[in-house]
Amino acid sequence: MTQHPARPAIHRLFRFQWEPAQQAHVLLYPEGMVKLNQSAGEILKRCDGARTVPQIVADLEAAFNASGLAPEVEAFLEMADAQNWITWNTD
Amino acid sequence: MDTLLVPPDAMQRRPGPLWLLAEVTYRCPLHCAFCYNPVDFAQAGPELSTEDWLKVIREARALGAAQFGISGGEPLLRDDIEILVREARALGFYTNLITSGVGLTEARLAALKDAGLDHIQLSFQDATREANDLITNTRTFDLKRKVAAMTKAAGYPTVINCVLHRTNIDHLDRIIEMAAEIGAEYLELANTQYHGWAFLNRQALMPSAAQLAEAEAVTERWKARLGKKMRILFVTPDYQTKKPKKCMNGWGEVFLSVTPDGLALPCHTARMLPGLEFPDVRDHSIDWIWHDSPLFNRFRGTAWLPSTCQSCEDKDKDHGGCRCQAFMLTGDPGATDPVCPKSPDHALIDAALAEAEKPGVARPLVFRDPKNSTRLGRAF
Repeated sequence: MTQHPARPAIHRLFRFQWEPAQQAHVLLYPEGMVKLNQSAGEILKRCDGARTVPQIVADLEAAFNASGLAPEVEAFLEMADAQNWITWNTD
Repeated sequence: MDTLLVPPDAMQRRPGPLWLLAEVTYRCPLHCAFCYNPVDFAQAGPELSTEDWLKVIREARALGAAQFGISGGEPLLRDDIEILVREARALGFYTNLITSGVGLTEARLAALKDAGLDHIQLSFQDATREANDLITNTRTFDLKRKVAAMTKAAGYPTVINCVLHRTNIDHLDRIIEMAAEIGAEYLELANTQYHGWAFLNRQALMPSAAQLAEAEAVTERWKARLGKKMRILFVTPDYQTKKPKKCMNGWGEVFLSVTPDGLALPCHTARMLPGLEFPDVRDHSIDWIWHDSPLFNRFRGTAWLPSTCQSCEDKDKDHGGCRCQAFMLTGDPGATDPVCPKSPDHALIDAALAEAEKPGVARPLVFRDPKNSTRLGRAF
């Protein structure tokens, strides 16, 4: 997925937002809600259809003063893709 | 010692509702015999005002509710749902309109979209006065096709719900085919739950075991054929599966419904239950209703369960099943749901299922309309 030229975005069936009552980021969809852990929330926050995966990784590494996050981010995005949470912008 | 920072009161508080369902009106252009609305809906009080609904929306959101559903009756018969959607969306709700599509014009759709409506769920009707007439199916699907094209063009995914029953279940292959033709992304096939009008019409609506088995086989074939293109959810009927289900994922745990005339309920059909006082949203806060009202605490958790359920290993899974079903069948809202094989009243279910196997029995339908509602004057 590192070679993926496309830019991930939240799927239109879902809405991503911060829920004060849950103290967590969530994905809302018809009649349901996925409560996200902190790292999932931070990754999806950056899936804006503009950033590529390497850009998201770099951004996270800078924000959390960490390195080597690429495998975790890629694995999460693969799972998010399988769940239909994200789509890939190519234009 | 972090916990000391949390006020003791907050520590003990259960979470608020996650889902607010606004049943904004009992009025409906359709007359579906499988409707779960109370049979005596015509006796309900006047509908809540826009301001009343806005108060409900704000208070439920403040408690943490994230899903806002608008249903009815046919919600499009009210001219203020754009206002409700706008407020709910602005507060962070995910907003979902549950509609037959009747009355959804281009202008109305544009206004709802502008208000921030997230999602539309279209319901299929089939048990019309010409229930067995395929021409009616065709007409229904023509309307759905028009509405689905319109909502698709507006950027909404097409999500369809179809209630299955004895008089349409044999057309399931055609129903799924038409949903696929329309380009639906998601199709929910919900077998009738026997509440309200559906209970009144149970004998006419309950499919035979063979019909049901065929429907499941048809669904599996389509699932294999369509894969991810159109997701199909087949909701099995509790009578046949004999599996009791929690009331809306647990009485007073996630779901809050408000009737057109302002009663707060833990499930959309709970107003039929006897001996309970239903709090009016104009007289009480949603906070009090959710946390403190006797109604929302009456069947919360498992402490109240009858002895049959107390000793059962599944009690945390099903909480003794549906309270309305228990009441309608046994007269006792606190009884074990008779769909459970362990219920002392389970013979009632077997009798209903046996009834559905009898060929050549006259099964007249009573249609949901104000005249029948007034004439019958009872909850189910």
